[in-house]
Amino acid sequence: MQTKRTVFGNRLLPYALLLPQLAVTVVFFLWPAAQAILQSFQREDAFGLSTAWVGLTNYTDLLQDPSYLNALKVTAIFAPAVTLLSVGLGLVFAASLDRLVRGSRVYATLLVWPYAVAPAVGGIMWWFLFNPTIGLLPYLLAMVGYHWDHALQPTDAMILVVIAASWKQVSYNFLFFMAGLQAIPKSMIEAAAIDGAGPVKRFFTISLPLLSPTTFFLAVINLVYAMFDTFPVIHATTGGNPAQSTNILVYKVFVDGFIGLNLGSSAAQSVVLMIIVVALTVIQFKWVERKVTY
Amino acid sequence: MLKRSLIAGLALTFLSGSSFAATEITWWHAMGGELGKKLDEIVAKYNASQSDYKVTAVYKGSYPETMTAAIAAFRAKQQPDIVQVFEVGTGTMMAAKGAVYPVYQLMKDTGTAFDQKAFLSAVVGYYTDADGNMLSMPFNSSTPILYYNKDVFQKAGLDPEQPPKTWEDVETYSKKIMSSGAAKCGFTTGWISWVQLENFSAWHNKPIGTLQNGIGGINAELTVNGDLQVRHWTNLKKWQDEGLFEYGGPAGGNDAPPKFYSQECAIYMNSSASRAGVIANSKDFKVGFGMLPYYSDVQGAPQNSIIGGATLWVLKGHGEAEYKGVANFFTFLSSPEVQADWHQYSGYLPITEAAYKLGQDQGFYAKNPGSDVGIKQITLNPPTENSKGLRFGNYVQIRDVIDEEFQNLLAGKKTPKDALDSVVTRGNKLIADFRASNG
Repeated sequence: MQTKRTVFGNRLLPYALLLPQLAVTVVFFLWPAAQAILQSFQREDAFGLSTAWVGLTNYTDLLQDPSYLNALKVTAIFAPAVTLLSVGLGLVFAASLDRLVRGSRVYATLLVWPYAVAPAVGGIMWWFLFNPTIGLLPYLLAMVGYHWDHALQPTDAMILVVIAASWKQVSYNFLFFMAGLQAIPKSMIEAAAIDGAGPVKRFFTISLPLLSPTTFFLAVINLVYAMFDTFPVIHATTGGNPAQSTNILVYKVFVDGFIGLNLGSSAAQSVVLMIIVVALTVIQFKWVERKVTY
Repeated sequence: MLKRSLIAGLALTFLSGSSFAATEITWWHAMGGELGKKLDEIVAKYNASQSDYKVTAVYKGSYPETMTAAIAAFRAKQQPDIVQVFEVGTGTMMAAKGAVYPVYQLMKDTGTAFDQKAFLSAVVGYYTDADGNMLSMPFNSSTPILYYNKDVFQKAGLDPEQPPKTWEDVETYSKKIMSSGAAKCGFTTGWISWVQLENFSAWHNKPIGTLQNGIGGINAELTVNGDLQVRHWTNLKKWQDEGLFEYGGPAGGNDAPPKFYSQECAIYMNSSASRAGVIANSKDFKVGFGMLPYYSDVQGAPQNSIIGGATLWVLKGHGEAEYKGVANFFTFLSSPEVQADWHQYSGYLPITEAAYKLGQDQGFYAKNPGSDVGIKQITLNPPTENSKGLRFGNYVQIRDVIDEEFQNLLAGKKTPKDALDSVVTRGNKLIADFRASNG
C-alpha cells in the first residue's frame, strides 16, 4: 500500500493547519452534542428557570412512550422505502440514459434539476399536487375510482412523504450511477456483446455487479438522508399527520423540543439519533468501503 | 477660542443626543400579511404621537414560532419587552413566574391608570390569575362563529336569512342542501379542538377539565370525555360517513376555507377573525353570519363561547424606563379608537366595552351586518366556571393530541368514546409532565 504520510519540517505547523477545522468541529459539533447529552439527563421548564437532574428518566420515558415507539416504526418503514425508491429510480434512469446516443445531455440536465430545488419547496409542490381539496392527482385518481385522502388515511400519507422525499434524491443517485456506468470499460461490454449477450443480460451480469460499491455507498447515504434530512419535506407536506403516521424520529425531536418545549425528552431523542448516525457511519467505513469492492 | 467652540460642540452633541434618546421598546408579534401592515400602522401612529418612547414591532412568524423565539431569547438574555402569545400558550407563560412581568403589576408599579373592568369579561377571564388579576394585555381576541352561503340556502329552498341555530338544524339543512343538489357537502370547520371541543363545551356550559378548566390551579385534569362531547363526536363521525361533514385538516384546518370558498360546503365554522378572508373570497356568492349551533335539549345552552387569538406578555429583565414605556404603549393600544379601528379592520373582537360602543356610534355594525355576531355570542351570558376559558400546561401539545384522536375517529380506527378517553389519558400525562418541570 502506498503511504499517505507527509513529513512537516516544523513540528507546530501541522497542528496550526488543523486548527481551523478542529475549531469548527468543536464549536458546531462537539459543543452542541455535549450540551444535548447534558440536557438529556435534566428536566427543565421552558424558560430555563429551574433545572433538575433526573438521571435516565428521559430515556426510560422514551421507551415507554407509545408515540416514540410509533415514530421508530414509522422511520423503519419510511427510510428503507425512500432508499429503495430513490436508489432504484436513479439506477433505472442512469441505465436508460447510458444506452441513449442522442440527446443524453438534455435528459441528464433535466434529471439533475430536482436536486437544485430546496426540500421545503419540493415538499410544498407535492403537497399541492396531492392536496385532497385542490390537488390535481387526487382528481385524476378519483377518475380511476381511488379516493385519495392523505389527511386521514395513513397509507396515503406515507406514500406522499415517500414520493416527496425521494423525488430530489433520485437526481443525486442518478449522478453517481451515471458516473459509475461511464467508468465501466467499454471493451468488457463489447466483448460480452460479441459473445452474444443481450442488453439485459449484459446489464445484470456486468454493469450491476460492477456498480455494487456505488449502490452500497448510495444505500447508506440515502438511508442517512431519509432519516435526518427529510425534516423539511415532512414539515411541508403532512406535519407528521394523520395521527402521527408520518411522524419520523427527526421530526419528533423538533415537535417535542421546539413546539412542545420538552427539552429534556427532545435532547434524549437527539442523543439516540446521534448514536444511530455513528452506527451507520461505522457500517459504511468498516463494511461497505472494505468488503464491497472488486 | 478653540476651547470655547469645543465646549459648544460638546454641549450641542449632548443636547441633540438627549433629545433623540427615546427609550426603545421591542415588540415581537405573529401578525403577518395585511394584519401585520395594520399593526405597523398602529405602532407608527404611537411613535408619532409622543417622543419619549419608540416601539419597534418585529414579525417573528407563526404563533408557536414567535413564542419559542421569545423563550429562546429569554434563555439567551436577549428577550424583547413585549411578546404576543396565543391563548393556548397561556399556561406556559403563567407558570414562568420569574420570566413574566404581570400586566396588573406593571401598571401598578409604573403608576399608570388601569381599569380591568373596562375589558370584556369573556376576554379578561382567560388571562387572570386565581385572584382575578390580569396577567397579560388582551390585543387580538377572537371567537368562532358560523358562516353560511346564502345563495346555496336559497337554491336548497331554505330561508337565506336564517342561519341554522341548533345542531339538529345543521343536520336537516345539510341533508336538504345535499339532496337538492345545491352543494356537495353540508358543513366544514376550522380548528377542530378549538371549535368542536373547547368552544362546543363552553357553549353548552360543560367543563373540559377540573378546577374551572384549569384556571383554578396547576393540579387540574382534563375531563373532555363527558357524555355530551362523546355524543357530538359520534355525530361528527356519522355526518362524515354520510358526507354531510367534510374534514378540513388538523390545527387550523387549512383545507376548510377552500371548501367553503369554492361553494363545495354550504356552512363553515371558524374564527370571527376569518371574516375578512371570507368576504374577500366570496365574491361569487352572498355570505351570512350566525352563532355556533347547539343541541336544543341540553340545559343551559347556549351559554357563551370562549376566545382564541393572542395577548401581549411583558418579559422581565429590562429597565424601569422601558417598563414605563410599555405601560404607556398599552394604554394607547387599549384606547377605544385604536381598538375599534383594529377590530373593524381585522374581525378580531373589540376587547373593551368602549371600543364596542364606539363602533356602534360610528354605525359600523349597521353598515356591516354580521360583524358583531362574535361579540354578541361571547357576551350572551355572564361566563360560568365552564365558559370562562381554559388553562392547562402543555396545552399546545394537547391540541395536537386532540387532532390526532379526531383523525383516528374519522379514519374509523377508534370509537368516539375511545378517542376522547385517549385525549384525557394522553392529555393528563402531558399536564403531569408540565407540573413536574414547573413544580
